[in-house]
Amino acid sequence: MIPPEDRIEQRSCITGIGQSQIGRRLHRNPLDLTLEACLAAIEDAGLTTADIDGLSTYPGMQVGNPGFNGASATDVHDALRLELDWFDSGIETAGQLGSVIKACLAVGAGLANHVLCFRSVWEGSAQGSGGRGGIGSENGPGFRASGMLQWTLPFAAPSAAIWLALVANCHFHRYGTTREQLAQIALNGRRNAGLNPDAIYRTPMSMEDYFAARMISSPFCLFDCDVPCDGATAVVVSRRERARDLRRPPVRVEAVGTALRGRPSWDQFDDLAAMANRDAAAHMWTRTELKPADVDVAQLYDGFSFLALSWIEALGFCKVGEGGPFIEGGGRIAREGELPLNTHGGQLSAGRLHGYGFLHEAVVQLRGDGGERQVAGSPEVAVAAAGGGPTSGCLLLTR
Amino acid sequence: MPVPFRILPRLDDLNRPFWQGGGSGELTFLTCPACDRIQHPPQPLCAFCHARGLVPRAVSGRARVAAVTVNYQNWMPGPELPYAVAIVEIDEDPSVRLTTNIVGCPAADVTIGMPVQVVFEHHPDPHGDVWLPLFEPAATPTDSGRRVSLSPAGGVA
Repeated sequence: MIPPEDRIEQRSCITGIGQSQIGRRLHRNPLDLTLEACLAAIEDAGLTTADIDGLSTYPGMQVGNPGFNGASATDVHDALRLELDWFDSGIETAGQLGSVIKACLAVGAGLANHVLCFRSVWEGSAQGSGGRGGIGSENGPGFRASGMLQWTLPFAAPSAAIWLALVANCHFHRYGTTREQLAQIALNGRRNAGLNPDAIYRTPMSMEDYFAARMISSPFCLFDCDVPCDGATAVVVSRRERARDLRRPPVRVEAVGTALRGRPSWDQFDDLAAMANRDAAAHMWTRTELKPADVDVAQLYDGFSFLALSWIEALGFCKVGEGGPFIEGGGRIAREGELPLNTHGGQLSAGRLHGYGFLHEAVVQLRGDGGERQVAGSPEVAVAAAGGGPTSGCLLLTR
Repeated sequence: MPVPFRILPRLDDLNRPFWQGGGSGELTFLTCPACDRIQHPPQPLCAFCHARGLVPRAVSGRARVAAVTVNYQNWMPGPELPYAVAIVEIDEDPSVRLTTNIVGCPAADVTIGMPVQVVFEHHPDPHGDVWLPLFEPAATPTDSGRRVSLSPAGGVA
């Protein structure tokens, strides 16, 4: 156990959050959306752009699926004429929220006082209505796969839907997990989205609706896959001593998890029914005296439904392999249950904001700003976790 | 049967033994000359003892299905839907896994634990021919590494 005074988390907090307009296909300039979220977060903190001396984003300048990245650090740096003491971006980090964890490191080390962190996507508009293509499919027959992708693309496996369906099926086979159980992640998200005016899909979904959806890659049907959208999310991470007297009470970062001990690979990870979140979650609990039972609200990545189930196990809310029975019936993870999950609707119903949406909602709930969807009892401890496969990071937050 | 559209790998000195081993009908991995461990994906030195000078070595082509999914989504032109994507563990070292397609049986019949054997799908290419190692249900426990020009079902069946 690292002594508390040596943990950078003890010197960092979240002072502002902001989100742009969010929609299925907005056809707005993605940098415009990004700046809208950034300015909202800075204003929410009670700061101005002149106060921002750090900048962090995921994935940075990066070519991925169309719309995967709405703006780079350079784009925002220049558009807001920021004067920075520290900046960073990149995809090789502890998941999407690794960019926020790096901001905690920067303020904890005294490299910056207020770090603006953002994640921006415009996959809805960029990919259009013609159906989601596979990675590399837009490149045509002359394209040759290299690096990690050469081990999956030649076998018509050009999507994380397939890579994670393989893991999910291992979990089903080994532990007896069922589609009826997994459906609860999607149904719970849709129930919560009904109370979130910014969510994309808000009409009620029944178990019959779930089973009537077309299959994507077994055991995943359409409703196990998140919804590509346009939107940006930003947060301001501040040094604790610089967070006093800001506009809102700071949310404290209690612990972060960044570990990846298994092989950094979708198909060579040591346990085919588990993922990197096993290591990141275990790491987080070594950096706090709090326990899983102390968590009042959980915002867990559901790019695919199975990922949320996997995070529930990794974080120790139940034993490994018992995630299916844990979520069965949906009562435990409901807003009024013992572990309210994805209270904004998750990426399955509120849109694929790619990790940052969970952190945003964790702060909303700790502040008591959830409106109709606010969890009762003034939650004091929240966990925000993002990533799947070899990509994972998590933060434990307190009021 | 025409060759199905496939995204092929970009060949280099490290991966050529794996992607072209099928030309001689053999599933081939780089192996450590010192400790004999298979290195996959291929890399310049042994991950375990750090010895250099890894050498190509053919294995039996027998494997076991460790994970499988039946894919229904049309991600790219070419494959006939649905098709089975699997992760197989090779008999010589179950820690060595390949993501691949299971052919020669209905996709829904593929099960975890099923013994399979390699079957190569040949793709002539001006940058260097590629033989994709696909797998089919093992006919007998000793069957291995048949060489075929194309899988009978047209690749990803």
